This record gives sequence, structure tokens and C-alpha cells, in this order.
Amino acid sequence: MAEDRSVSIEVVYRGIFQKTLAQRICRSVVLAARKKGHTGTAFARYGDSPERNGVPAKQFAVVAADELELEASMAKYEPSVVDVSIAVDDTLVKGVESWAWYGRQPIWKPVRANGWLLVTSDKKPDEVLAQTDTAERPYTLGIVPGGASFAGLWVYKDDHTDFRVLGALAKILPQWIALDDAKAASLELAKGDRSAVASVQYGYDSTTMRPVKAGEGTSGHEVLQFKKPGWTTMRPGIIVEARKPGERNPYYKKYGARTMRPVVNFDTCIKCTMCWLDCPDECFEVTPEGHYEVVYEACIGCGICAQVCPVKDCIVMVDELKFTDNKDKWQLWKQDRPTYNAWFEDMSGVSADPKRGAAGSVPPNANPAANPTTSAGGDE
Amino acid sequence: MAVEVKPKETSEVETEQLATGCEAIAEAIRLADVDVMAAYPIRPYDGVMQAAAKLIANGKMDVEYIVADGEHSQFEIVKHACAVGARVFVGSSGVGWFYAFEAIAVTAGLRLPVVAICGNRALDDPGAFGTEHNDSLAVRDLGWLLPWAETAQEALDLALMAWRVAEDKRVSLPVAIGLDGAFLTHSQHIVKIPTQAAVDKFLPKFDLGDRLLHPDNPITIAPQVDQDWLMEIRRQNDAAMRSALGVIREAHADFKRIFGRGGDSPFLDEYMTDDAEVVVIGQGTLSLPMKVAIRRLRKEQGLRIGLVRLKWFRPFPTEEVVKSLRRFKAVGVIDRDYSFGSPYYGGVLYNEIRSALYSQAKRPVIVGFIAGLGGREIEQPMATEIFEKTMAAAKGDLAAGDTCHWIGVRE
Repeated sequence: MAEDRSVSIEVVYRGIFQKTLAQRICRSVVLAARKKGHTGTAFARYGDSPERNGVPAKQFAVVAADELELEASMAKYEPSVVDVSIAVDDTLVKGVESWAWYGRQPIWKPVRANGWLLVTSDKKPDEVLAQTDTAERPYTLGIVPGGASFAGLWVYKDDHTDFRVLGALAKILPQWIALDDAKAASLELAKGDRSAVASVQYGYDSTTMRPVKAGEGTSGHEVLQFKKPGWTTMRPGIIVEARKPGERNPYYKKYGARTMRPVVNFDTCIKCTMCWLDCPDECFEVTPEGHYEVVYEACIGCGICAQVCPVKDCIVMVDELKFTDNKDKWQLWKQDRPTYNAWFEDMSGVSADPKRGAAGSVPPNANPAANPTTSAGGDE
Repeated sequence: MAVEVKPKETSEVETEQLATGCEAIAEAIRLADVDVMAAYPIRPYDGVMQAAAKLIANGKMDVEYIVADGEHSQFEIVKHACAVGARVFVGSSGVGWFYAFEAIAVTAGLRLPVVAICGNRALDDPGAFGTEHNDSLAVRDLGWLLPWAETAQEALDLALMAWRVAEDKRVSLPVAIGLDGAFLTHSQHIVKIPTQAAVDKFLPKFDLGDRLLHPDNPITIAPQVDQDWLMEIRRQNDAAMRSALGVIREAHADFKRIFGRGGDSPFLDEYMTDDAEVVVIGQGTLSLPMKVAIRRLRKEQGLRIGLVRLKWFRPFPTEEVVKSLRRFKAVGVIDRDYSFGSPYYGGVLYNEIRSALYSQAKRPVIVGFIAGLGGREIEQPMATEIFEKTMAAAKGDLAAGDTCHWIGVRE
């Protein structure tokens, strides 16, 4: 599609928690561009609905010079190529797995050469890049300052993430979205609240751009790709293999839903079974000693285990971007407790020995606001 | 109250019964050793309910007989029973069939070989019990095999064919046998009841193979699929329907060999067509008054006329239909159904026949007739009118744009 005739933008977001946010961003793009006389369409990827908590989902905005140009982007579930991909939670850069058989896809997968990846994050560009799959083509990584904005299905956390993102888009796509138009559109969307205009300006001024060359990024993430069978090789009767006892779905890993992951202090665990019982994804395995270890391949990071655990700081939810693999950790604890406990303290920011007190002054990563299931996060 | 089930009757010779179409179907259920049947009363299908219940009460048949709370449940019950390996039977009529529509649609999608009868009945409102084929025909695009019977004997024979074809792994699709309400479902006729040994020879045990839903074979049936998968699933149904033609031919040949009945073609029953210039084609019992008319008109007027009765509407035997009908100067298609607003305002069969013949360089003139709706009898003057109009069309006397005629309707 001719870059000067239309522009495609996708928002990658956490299902349910960021649905309204994604919708507002996509609508604001079209409405702001409309002020220049452009036309456009905004839509959610149909197959993502009904959304699942935290499972990556996508919404899109396509703006075109005229209706004829826009036709090439209509009657589609998703654009195959986008000019800009916007990840509204920085842990999404570890990869996007939306559905069974979809596989795990690099966050930049649909971004055209020399396009943009905008990420809302409190981190520095290089920290985010370190967890992003190795680039196959050059793009520009833009960090829109601010943590991930999570809400619920029926409420919206009106923290102006949408307006900051719109400001950032006005900066990179001035031919489509003029800054003044973005401000005018935001003022309408905020029903006259002038702080929206300030947020657009903030996004415009404060987004950090980091050019990424092909080859930059990490190759540490799991490759998860499947070839779908044809009608001659599919089983007749709409039948799929069910999982055998103890077997997990090879076509859908779900860990891509995680913004935080639980780490366990096996020394303070009282083997009460609560985490194992209440885990909605049955991702705890019983160790020979009767401890419960997390199978990180299956954990969606919902945080229920940490909530039900009766022992303080025995299960701690930690920012997913701190981890570079999904390896289970109990073996390490079994073989070398001091090393394991040092790892636990480094990750969680709390002491492995409750008698000793806090490991550091401030838990650096246990950010409750980023966890939709803790009392401090979510709808409040 | 428990009913004592007597050992299977081991009659070694074919017997005769005076039986309605529904009773003939009940005999087929017994002979096929059906495991589960689900029932819910609606006329005229409920004749089968009563006949089957009588066989069970008399200790002649052992079948799990489930009376459902409505047709939707009724069709769901057999669908699920079939998925766990039961040979099943079900049926309904008219609007009852429509109430089950969701279950009917998914049964074909899931490739479950449910065998049903549709006791053809006009759709309410107004209430009418007589036959019209729109109930069966409503499922024509969904992957159900749709044969129509002419006599009680053929009802029994088609039922045995139905399980054989439906359960064949190359097909694995449901079958709904069309039985004209009253004329066939509730009229008694001499029916030959085959021996159990002959039926066992013709009809193998039902085996779903690796599609059996069982704890030892953990599978998930019918997950959410969306656009990534659905087209391949539809294509599988298409392939199954295509292979059904060959499987029906095989089964028909075996049927003739084992039971000594069945006619030349599994798909078409031709009557006095050898020297015919003009024929009519239709489905079900309307063939009977038309045959009477053919004999009469041949004798009285020397008309070279005949009849082609279509036995299977789905899969549509295109090759056989084309080969047969292209020999004639004109073909009158008699629809005991309606398709309001369709091309040329014809019935369903009319437009299917026209479509099948379209690719032929030499093709007969085709005239459509809507007749016998709501179970109205096709009387001899109507049959005469149908042949007269078709003969006129063969001579080129057909007024343009006047290709479909309502027969026997009061002005």
C-alpha cells in the first residue's frame, strides 16, 4: 500500500484490561486524521473476542487519503503490514501469542521496514529492546513514557495513555495527524477537559526515539510456529486431540498473557496446597518434598497464587520483563539454596529469610499497580 | 416397568406384513439393531414412535427409547449418542423438524451418521397435516443425505440403505428419509420383511473408529475454530457428499444381491421411458397417480410419455439425471414444494433440474409444476393437464415467461 496514500496502525494490548484503551486510541487516530480531511476505519480483530484476561489482542486504525484508497484496508480481520505498532504494555515485547495455533510472534512482525514500534513504558529504550525479538528489518522504537494502563471490562482508567500515544503519533506521522488536530480531537474526546491537550503535548514532546537496526534485539525467546493442516490432512468431524493427563497444550502456551510472574520462596513455603488448588491454569507441580513449583510455560501471571498464599512474601509477583526464560526454578533451589535465594531476592526485592527483613530498601519490581489482580491495581 | 426382551427372532425366511410406511420404518429400526432412538410426537412422523414403542412393548426390540422434551433435544440426544458410538434413529415433521434446526445443522457439520425420517408435512401456519417437501428440503444445503421413498417397502429398504451409507467412513453424514405424510406414513401396504441374517450381511456393525468419544480415546469435538479452519471443514463435508454417490451405488448393488430388490438405478426409477418423448420427474408418492395417468393417456391418446422418479435429492445424482433427461424433448418437473421468489417462480426441484441440464448442448424444454401442496391429491385431470402442458412445450407452444404452472389450485 502506498505510504503516502494511507497509513495503518495497530494497537497490541492486554485482553479485557486494555480493551477500552485500545479502542480509544484507534478511534482517536481516525478522528484526528479526519480533521485534515482524511478518511479512515477503526476495528478490533474479530477473532480476539471474547477476550481473555491478559491474552494479547489487537485493534487497528487505518487512515487513507480517500475512500477508494481505504477500500484496500476494508473487509479484513487485520492488516498484514502496518506502519506503526503500538504496544500499550511493555511486557508485550516478549512476543504476541493470541490464540491456539497462532504461535508466538515477534511484536514487530507486521511492522514495515523503517516503520515504528511505540511502547508505553517506564523503562529505557535499551531495556525494552533487550527483551524484543531480533529485528529482521530496521524500525524505530519509540518509548511513550508511562506504565501500563490496566482497567476492567466495564470501566476505563482515564489516565490519558490514549492522549499521550496520540501525541506521539502526531510526532511521527505529521502528514496524517497534525498536532493541533490531535489536540482538538482529544479535547472533544475528553469532553472539554483541557488536561487532555496537555497530555497530547506531553506525548509529542517526551516520546524517546531509538532507531533499531536489523539484528538488534534478543534471540532468547521460544520459537512457536505451526503449519495449519489442509482439508485432506485434518481429522474429519471437527475433532482435535484432547490432552492426555499431565500433558499441556503444545499449540497454545498462554505465558504470553503474563505481565508479572510469581516467584516462590521454598524455604518459607508451608506446603498448604492453596496455590496449587486455586491456580486456574493448574500450573503448579508438586515436588518430591511436597513443595509447589510454578511451571512458567503454563502460568498466565494472574497472581491468584500470591493472593491466596497465607505466608507473607512466600509467593511474590515480579515484573515479567526481568526474566529472560521460562525455566522452572525448583531444581536450582534443590541443588544450591544460597544461589536460589540470592536469585529470589534479586528478582522479588524481598528477603528470602523473613528474620532478616527486606533485602533492599524498596522492592524495585513488585509494582502492584501493574498487576490487575492485586488490590492496588485493576479498577481502582 | 421392565420389559422382557425375547431373543431375536430368527426367521430364516422373508415374511410379509401389511404395514404403514411408519411401521415399515420401525421394522427397519429393529432389523438394524438401533441402540438409541429419540422421540417427540408430531404427526405424521409419530407413527414411527408408536410402531417402535409397540415393538419394544411386545419384547421384539431392544433399543434405548428416549422421549425428549421437544424436537431440539430429540435431535441433540441422538447426535451425542452417535458420537459415543450408538447406532441411532430419529425423526420429525414440518415445524417440529424446524424446531430442531440448530441440532440438525450441527449434526451434518460434525459428520455424525444419524439416520432420520422426515415425515413430510406442510409447515404451519395454518395447521395442516398433509405432505409438502419444504421441511426436508430446508436442510438440502447442510450436508444431509436426502432420499425419498415411494412405498412402505421402499421406506424399509431405504432405511437399511441409510445406515449403511451414512455410517460408511467415506461418507459419515446424516440421512433424512422423506416420507410423504398420510400417503406413505399412514397407509398400509404389503411389505416384505427381510431376515435378520440377510440384514446382518448387508449392514456391518457401526464403528466410528478413532472418532469415537470415549475415555480411552481422548478427543475434543467441535472446538471454536473461526476463519482459520472453517473453510477446510466445509471442504471435507463437500468431499464426503461427493463420495456418497459412489457409496450409494455400492450399497445399492449389494442390496440387490442380498435382498433381490431395488431396481436398475439407485438414484432414478424410470417408468415407460424407453419410447417416451416427454417425461415428468418428481419425488415421493406423486409418482403413483402419474403412473396411472401415463398408462391411461398412452392407451387413450397414444402419447409417448413416461416418468422418472428421483430417489435421492442429496447427493444430487447429476450425471444420472443428465443422462436420463437429455433423451427427451420435454421434461415436466413436479414440485410438491414451493420456493417463493426463485428463478421463474419454480419449485426447488425445478431449478435443480434446470441447473443440472444447463451445460448440455442438447437439452429438453423444461416446464415446472407446483402440485399437491398441503397434501392435496394429484387427481387424474391434474395429471392430464401436467402432461398436456409438457407435450405442448415439446412442440414449442410454450408462451414465453410462462414456464411454471400451479396445478389444481382454485382461481
